[in-house]
Amino acid sequence: MDSLTYIIRNLHFGYSSTNVLRGIDLTFEPGKLHAIVGPNGSGKSTLLDILAGHRVPASGDVLINNIPISDHTPSALAKLTAIVPQEFDFNFPFTVFDTVLMGRHPHIPRFSRPSDVDIDMVQTALTTMDIAQLANRTLAELSGGEKQRTIFARALVQDTSCLLLDEPTSSMDIRHALSTMTELTRLAHEGRTVIAVLHDLNLAASYCDRIIILDNGQMHKQGSIEETLTPETIQAVFGVTADITRKPQSDNLIISFDSKDHS
Amino acid sequence: MTAASRIQPRAGFMIALLALVLGVLAIMATGMGFISIPPGDVLASLWDGMRGAANSIDPLHQSVILEVRLPRIITAMSVGFGLAVAGTVFQGLLLNPLADPFTLGVSSGAAFGAALALLLGLTFFGPTTLCLMAFIGAALTLFAVITMSGRDGELSPTNLILSGVIVSAILSAGISFIKYMADERVAAIVFWLMGSFVSRTWNDALLTAGTTLCGFGLCLYYARDLNIMSLGNRSARSLGVNTGRTRLILLLTASLISAVCVSVSGIIGFVGLIIPHLMRFIVGPDNRWLLPASGIGGGILLLGADTLTRAVLPHEVPIGVLTALIGGPIFCWIFNRTKSGRHHG
Repeated sequence: MDSLTYIIRNLHFGYSSTNVLRGIDLTFEPGKLHAIVGPNGSGKSTLLDILAGHRVPASGDVLINNIPISDHTPSALAKLTAIVPQEFDFNFPFTVFDTVLMGRHPHIPRFSRPSDVDIDMVQTALTTMDIAQLANRTLAELSGGEKQRTIFARALVQDTSCLLLDEPTSSMDIRHALSTMTELTRLAHEGRTVIAVLHDLNLAASYCDRIIILDNGQMHKQGSIEETLTPETIQAVFGVTADITRKPQSDNLIISFDSKDHS
Repeated sequence: MTAASRIQPRAGFMIALLALVLGVLAIMATGMGFISIPPGDVLASLWDGMRGAANSIDPLHQSVILEVRLPRIITAMSVGFGLAVAGTVFQGLLLNPLADPFTLGVSSGAAFGAALALLLGLTFFGPTTLCLMAFIGAALTLFAVITMSGRDGELSPTNLILSGVIVSAILSAGISFIKYMADERVAAIVFWLMGSFVSRTWNDALLTAGTTLCGFGLCLYYARDLNIMSLGNRSARSLGVNTGRTRLILLLTASLISAVCVSVSGIIGFVGLIIPHLMRFIVGPDNRWLLPASGIGGGILLLGADTLTRAVLPHEVPIGVLTALIGGPIFCWIFNRTKSGRHHG
């Protein structure tokens, strides 16, 4: 697996009249788990779409290993980055197994059958995401969290140097959310570039190496957890009062919020 | 054993079985009619025809088979095949199980063109004028729909369906107006609209068979991409499918198949909507198996319906009507069986 570095310089993007992203400069490095956080409508998902090559910025550079993203064909890009979208359609009764196997699409030549290696990768991903028992169910029969785990498994078998995830744990129960975050940490430690949009600041604080805070289409702050997740920043960006403590054994940050302010 | 390895031999077996049914049905249908010909003679005649050899059977039978029945039978099978394949592609492309070959207004366009030709008595190309006008109508409609829905660069399913509905509505009003203007010609228009395979020639047969098979090959080439596109645009693009280009190619191919089928046979609904569903119950949603299964299934349904109206019933019933009358109950039966099968595990 090759390492993959994203470099973004002076990125601007807008939908018709509104500017969604303004002057973003960023670097995403291999071996790190990056969290993008920010209020609703701050441009997080749009940034992820641009990284995936689904949207073309109005101006600025998006480079993958110093090559402009627009120079990659869709099929070449599919071998470099996988995306776990927040929403997906399921209109036809494909099974969980078939859906996950679709993640091998970029690697299987047209008209070839999936090899034993492909099938093994799918089985491993199903086990990792705890959905092996659902392999023969159709997507329509799954709960929200199970669907999310299926789509995550599909991105795993795509076996790319970079993973882009849009709120990957939003519908999962706490056990699966934590195991998914652990899996993301493991993927980053293998040398992959992992970029996740997260809403749960505590998940970001417990697992991520770097935090990027977007606010109103602009970079508010980026850096380590200690540098970024401070009560002052949270107050400035989200408009809520937060209290930050440290968990005694693990030294992880715990962010708690004052509910009385906002009733 | 994995889900994938379990379903594929079954799908392959079902397709082989369907092909066998279609073959037997075609030979039986060739023997049936006003002059009854035994299946052995049908095969001998086909063999002679292919070799270009001297007739080993009654020359009358030979000419009935080769000049009258075979063109009609091949046309019916090809149109059924084409409409069912186009329906499968449209359902996958528009992410909508209710889509059919006519969702984008191809049929309304063809009907408008044909109605216009009948109203004005156009005959500048002889008897093929009607067919040509229908095709021009279908092509112009498709062009209008794609232009309308492609403004944001992406042919999104919602835009396509909406544009198709609008254009169809305008054309339907136009057809009604033509019927109103047509006086005594209205019967010819209504008859054309209901579809028919009466007195089709080898030209019709070769045109539909050629278009349908070429189009089918192209659709099959993109079958795996079509599978992935059913998970939505974002997922498909992240898996390396060039969604914009693939959608345009498949859209044009499926529409071309539909347009040729409609201009040759008139409007035959139902096949393109129901056969893909029926086959999804039998071979599953994977388009690599679903496309061939649907095509063969569509061929069986239209050939069966056409043979019934041609050789069994005392009077010819419009094929579109008969298709729904035969296919509907079969669909209900399989639909019920599948539902109860699922409940019992």
